[in-house]
Amino acid sequence: MRLKISHTTTYAYDRPVDYALLQLRLTPRGGVAGQNVLSWSTRYEGATLQVAYEDHFRNAVEMVQMDDGSQSVSIHCSGEIETEDRTGVVGPGCGLAPLWLYRQPTKATTAGPVIRKLAAGAKDTLAENALSGVHDLSDRVAEAVSYAKGTTHVATSAEEAASAGQGVCQDHAQILISAARHLGLPARYVSGYLLLSDRIDQEAAHGWAEVWLEGLGWVGFDVSNAICPDDRYVRVAVGRDYSEAAPVHGLRQGGASEELCVSLQVQQ
Amino acid sequence: MTDNRFFDEMLTGAGDARVPYSEYAKWFSGEDPKVLLKKSNEAETFFRRIGITFNVYGQKEAQERLIPFDIVPRIIAAREWRLLEKGIEQRVRALNAFLADIYHRQEIIKSGRLPEHIISRNDAFLPQMVGMTPPGGVYTHIVGTDLVRTGENEFYVLEDNARTPSGVSYMLENRETMLQMFPELFTKMKVRPVSGYPAELRRSLSECAPPNFDRAKPRVAVLTPGIHNSAYFEHSFLADQMGAELVEAGDLRVVDGKVQMRTTMGYKPIDVIYRRVDDDFLDPLSFNPDSMLGVPGIMDVYRAGNITIANAPGTGIADDKALYSYMPDIVEFYTGEKAILKNVPTWRCSEPDSLQYVLDNLNELVVKEVHGSGGYGMLVGPAASKKELAEFGAKLRAKPDNYVAQPTLALSTVPIMTKKGLAPRHVDLRPYVLVAPGRVHITPGGLTRVALKEGSLVVNSSQGGGTKDTWVLGD
Repeated sequence: MRLKISHTTTYAYDRPVDYALLQLRLTPRGGVAGQNVLSWSTRYEGATLQVAYEDHFRNAVEMVQMDDGSQSVSIHCSGEIETEDRTGVVGPGCGLAPLWLYRQPTKATTAGPVIRKLAAGAKDTLAENALSGVHDLSDRVAEAVSYAKGTTHVATSAEEAASAGQGVCQDHAQILISAARHLGLPARYVSGYLLLSDRIDQEAAHGWAEVWLEGLGWVGFDVSNAICPDDRYVRVAVGRDYSEAAPVHGLRQGGASEELCVSLQVQQ
Repeated sequence: MTDNRFFDEMLTGAGDARVPYSEYAKWFSGEDPKVLLKKSNEAETFFRRIGITFNVYGQKEAQERLIPFDIVPRIIAAREWRLLEKGIEQRVRALNAFLADIYHRQEIIKSGRLPEHIISRNDAFLPQMVGMTPPGGVYTHIVGTDLVRTGENEFYVLEDNARTPSGVSYMLENRETMLQMFPELFTKMKVRPVSGYPAELRRSLSECAPPNFDRAKPRVAVLTPGIHNSAYFEHSFLADQMGAELVEAGDLRVVDGKVQMRTTMGYKPIDVIYRRVDDDFLDPLSFNPDSMLGVPGIMDVYRAGNITIANAPGTGIADDKALYSYMPDIVEFYTGEKAILKNVPTWRCSEPDSLQYVLDNLNELVVKEVHGSGGYGMLVGPAASKKELAEFGAKLRAKPDNYVAQPTLALSTVPIMTKKGLAPRHVDLRPYVLVAPGRVHITPGGLTRVALKEGSLVVNSSQGGGTKDTWVLGD
């Protein structure tokens, strides 16, 4: 499938910002199974590119600085990606990050009592068959945590969202990651795009989980949509949790208040 | 008189001077002890004047103190030094190869020579360094290898300080002091100079600069946490001595894809940064967001290959005490040779059998925290009271992973000047090693630390140790 993506992120401030740096992970991964980047371009308004590099998870990173005296910054990305339905199987991958790194809990994905209990429920199916086990776990997460906007925020931990019983795709993914790790499976967060059947304009980018299964390698699980990613999905960045794969991670000086505006279109 | 349980580097059991000390002993016997004592006191004035003091952590009122200096030099023969040099170079090459491997393919783990958990459960492993090859391929540019001696040809490596070894300013100032006080000794004896260290440091750091700098020579800067840091004197001293900029985080900013320093003439790019700021505080954008001591974005610039950070972030994984016990294997794995310098036998308390042995023999062992440094939180069994042993035993049982134990080594002694004349005291040695692409430079000398208290085996300056000038003799 050929997916056309256009994504604009704008941060507006109530006064000029003294100094701000933004780390961007917005370029879809190339050279991976099931995904071919046909064209991609990024441009900035109110900010200037400083450096571009590949990070420890092989994400393409661009670091930009807000221009002096600027009161807003816009990041426009657009391009075309060719995808293939691999029923969620990404395969072994080619990064240098050791597998054990994905077994370690991070601050946002440390399992507490709620997640430990969720994980325990899938233990038996997991013992029979790893793939069915993670499907079972994914179903359990979806059942225990209903999709609801506005109840969590980017810094909500997996355990907090699981206790609240509500969350968005980021929370679903982090809970599944946390539970999978608790059961000894390497797991990671994926940020990316998803083509929706009922609309072109979307409010936010998407996120899901990948779990490492012996023999298959990385396999994607989208808890929120109860499926394994197919050719409607575009993988952009991976990390041990949302914060490491986040499309935008920034730091700024001065107390200006910030307003975020996203314009995103995904279409065939 | 010497205690024959310990190897004295100056005097043999019969009371004769060993060969490296023969010239010095001859000179010493012709001097008036009263005059020497007076000179010894003058040395302290000298240090006060140049301002070498350090802060002692963990004391109620952080106070500036002088590290006591002893005027009797520690003398090493040319033949002895050659052995040490070979051994240190081998070890430092292995450490760099190990770091490159750990942050790339991890062959040493795949080969089964190093258990995965030694790395995976170690906080010093920095994920952000995975896949990163620093400019010039050097990870640990400056190393301070802590050595102890137990006999004529018996040297052990106690610790590999691969992150930010301090104390080199004492090596330089101790020599300066000795040259001023005893110029005649330096005409009698062929003592190899140490004064080239700052120039060598500058040279080796410059050789590791990113390849794309566009100026006549790379700009080097020393990044200090600031005046309140215990080693601030050393930071400013080294910057001054090697002709580098001394900067704090607030002086630096990312401009045009480079880390640049604010000057009265605008921003000037830095090619090599010798940082004396810990990994966690180095970059609030990539690491601890609350750090005021770091430069936002420096890791991005680093990963893009536009700056050299010395030592590389994440080098702490190589000098961890849990890793230490694997060093003989590590040296062999990367150099294909047996380690020239010995490792102290080490019990890993994380292993149940070892823990039991350590608990059974606590009064004979030295127990260290895996992540500790500077002699804090350690137990010296033979010197501990029953109560201290019992308390430490409880700590060990509660958190065995946190500790390693070693036998109490019979550290060699070198005499110090006391009111009653020469008296033997235990010493260690930290030579300073500089690594450039394809080249390892070891300054002939180093920092000799001495336990001033009679019988004490703890040489750390934070625990009442002093220093001596270290003389390596030429052929």
